[in-house]
Amino acid sequence: MKKLIALLMAMVMVVALCACGGNAPAQNETAAPAQNETAAPADEAAAPAEEAAALKVGFIFLHDENSTYDLNFLNAAKEACENTGVDYILKTNIPEGQECYDAACELIDEGCTIIFADSFGHESFMLQAAKEFPEVQFCHATGTQAHTAGVANYHNAFASIYEGRFLAGIAAGMKLNEMIEAGEFTADEAKIGYVGAYPYAEVKSGYTSFFLGARSVCPTATMEVTFTNSWYDEALEKEGAQKLIANDCKLISQHADSMGAPTACEDAGVPNVSYNGSTISVAPNTFIVSSRINWVPYMEYMINCVKNGEEIATDWTGTIETGSVELTEINEAVAAAGTADAIAEAEAAFKAGTLHVFDASTFTVGGEALTSYLADVDDMGDFAPETEVILDGYFHESEFRSAPYFDIDIDGITIIA
Amino acid sequence: MNKQRSPLFHIVRRGALPWYATWGIRGGAVLLALLVCGVVTMLVTGEDPFKIYLAIFNGSFGTPRKIWVLLQNISMLLCISLAVTPAFRMRCWNLGGEGQALAGGLASAACMILLANKLPNWAVILCMIVTSLLAGAIWGGIPAFFKAKWNTNETLFTLMMNYVATQLVAYYCVVWESPKGSGQIGVINPNTQIGWFPTIGSYKYLLNVIIVAFVCVGMYLYLRYSKHGYEIAVVGESERTARYVGIKVDRVIIRTMLLSGALCGLTGLLLVGSTNHTLTPNIVEGRGFTAVMVSWLAKFNPIWMVLTSFLLVFLSRGAGEIATNFGLNQSYGDILTGIILFFIIGSEFFINYRIQFRREAGKEG
Repeated sequence: MKKLIALLMAMVMVVALCACGGNAPAQNETAAPAQNETAAPADEAAAPAEEAAALKVGFIFLHDENSTYDLNFLNAAKEACENTGVDYILKTNIPEGQECYDAACELIDEGCTIIFADSFGHESFMLQAAKEFPEVQFCHATGTQAHTAGVANYHNAFASIYEGRFLAGIAAGMKLNEMIEAGEFTADEAKIGYVGAYPYAEVKSGYTSFFLGARSVCPTATMEVTFTNSWYDEALEKEGAQKLIANDCKLISQHADSMGAPTACEDAGVPNVSYNGSTISVAPNTFIVSSRINWVPYMEYMINCVKNGEEIATDWTGTIETGSVELTEINEAVAAAGTADAIAEAEAAFKAGTLHVFDASTFTVGGEALTSYLADVDDMGDFAPETEVILDGYFHESEFRSAPYFDIDIDGITIIA
Repeated sequence: MNKQRSPLFHIVRRGALPWYATWGIRGGAVLLALLVCGVVTMLVTGEDPFKIYLAIFNGSFGTPRKIWVLLQNISMLLCISLAVTPAFRMRCWNLGGEGQALAGGLASAACMILLANKLPNWAVILCMIVTSLLAGAIWGGIPAFFKAKWNTNETLFTLMMNYVATQLVAYYCVVWESPKGSGQIGVINPNTQIGWFPTIGSYKYLLNVIIVAFVCVGMYLYLRYSKHGYEIAVVGESERTARYVGIKVDRVIIRTMLLSGALCGLTGLLLVGSTNHTLTPNIVEGRGFTAVMVSWLAKFNPIWMVLTSFLLVFLSRGAGEIATNFGLNQSYGDILTGIILFFIIGSEFFINYRIQFRREAGKEG
């Protein structure tokens, strides 16, 4: 009996297989035209690439398009490669571990001669691969080790995003002023809330420049900062924003990659200045403006360098002038009147070199003006600060190395647990 | 009863099937799963399913490097699956593989960071081995002790221990962070390479593969031929029987969980000392849970586990390859993996049960 059932089972399976197998070719026929259609643009994209000596760029991303941070890089990568007519491979969801090294090696096996990684934690593994493949160029965003590692084919890049933050801060300050004038709260109550990721220089530099921008137009502004200790955690970011709103913060900004803070602001009707890109889709009634790094200029630069056989800079800092630091379109429905003009004015002053974000006369530390500060620019793992960064009366951020190193807690900003 | 209208079909447990029938059913399930995957892929994305199958295959076997990565991933998954298996055979559901491996990883990272430049390299590695096995054993031993003494639920207890371990690692990631404020440890001893396991020739992962192969054979022999293995089987069948024949059940539970935890600790050691040279809270990547499936699908047989862990790693590598080649999201690969697992797990149903239709039921009933 058992054998009979087994045999029957097998028969049923064979029949099922035949039935499905019979369908398979038919499915293929219908699939074929569709396949060709989708393949066509890819072929076109490949054609100019062959002209450009079949240059292929490999990209490594920490997450996929669900993270605003990685989305910003993904879009830039596609745009830069299409503009320069090179082939590319995108690898998403690569953790900050040995997987990053393996992914880089696999990209090289596939013929990539430039490898780009987008997350801070990828750095050591990129460096490891760079030492192994001296003929391939490795470009790493937000890293700190290239200028001291002495590996010729390993490069860092960042942008002077603190200038963009400052401009976004101006928009925040103007909004606070408008709300004060409307009698919603007094000038002394103008408190900003900020949801940060880690208490790390990149974040501190970001919120301090944002705060200084806001205070340049709203002198009574103060700020409260909370950290999530994660680059991407929607629930924690939302919770952080809600906590700040409960603490009477009148305006929220954030340096973390999810939609957590913008949605919390939209729910509570509190204005929000965003980061990495516009969040108007989830917060149409509270989104003011967002600063972001546009990575297209750098990616085009690195591709063109390799095309022309030139050296890529070891440590590249994008600026407003290179088009690397941008503000998104202002949401006029929420922003205060005259915001665009005030931002344009400050932007012109940055370009003219008359305005500096970390002007030592605009902030104090422990009640005193800062005249000298040693920063740990050479990241040798010793945490020993060695470079004087306050010259000519202002803190020279992103000039001695592209990644931020401003990590001072200034007066007016309170960090809450 | 015969006068009552019997249902259209009912499900009947069947006796043992010959091996060719069970494997025929399983093989058929895999083929069927691939077909469904192909149809779904074509309908949803318009891509040629055969190209997708090729991509899945290439994801694991495309280049020699990919084969090595495949072997490495199999080794790690297999190691942690082997670790939880003795407990499973005892019907003690150790879901704490993740935490036990993290505890082992934390211990070896601590040795690498704190003992560097204080002890010679070989002594550091020796300390790493001892402490990580011990840490894993302790992490597995605590729930076992409570189960043996007060009959607490080991499933919940081991699960909770996972969270404790994750938070502990997250805490030490901040304590040992480099650079300051980043919340990451980064590569430990990148220049001196203290505490890094040696590589055999130019093959980075060969050492891991060899170690896990030994563990695999060792575990097979231990479960099959040793007195301990027999005791585990008896306790698993029936605790009362075990007690009746004079097996000290408490001791067997604690001993087995210590072994289980120590082997999880070994996985953590290999991940930190031999592979990543860093520690992050998600360094185990959920393998502690995937291991449950690997072990179960292989019917707790260490040798078959090589095959099931291969299958799972093969599928996930293929999923990644699809995401890269076709511009699909990684989640699409996960959907395919889900479909395939659904069929494989479903096939177990048809191995244990059969469906009787009304006519047949009358004849036999």
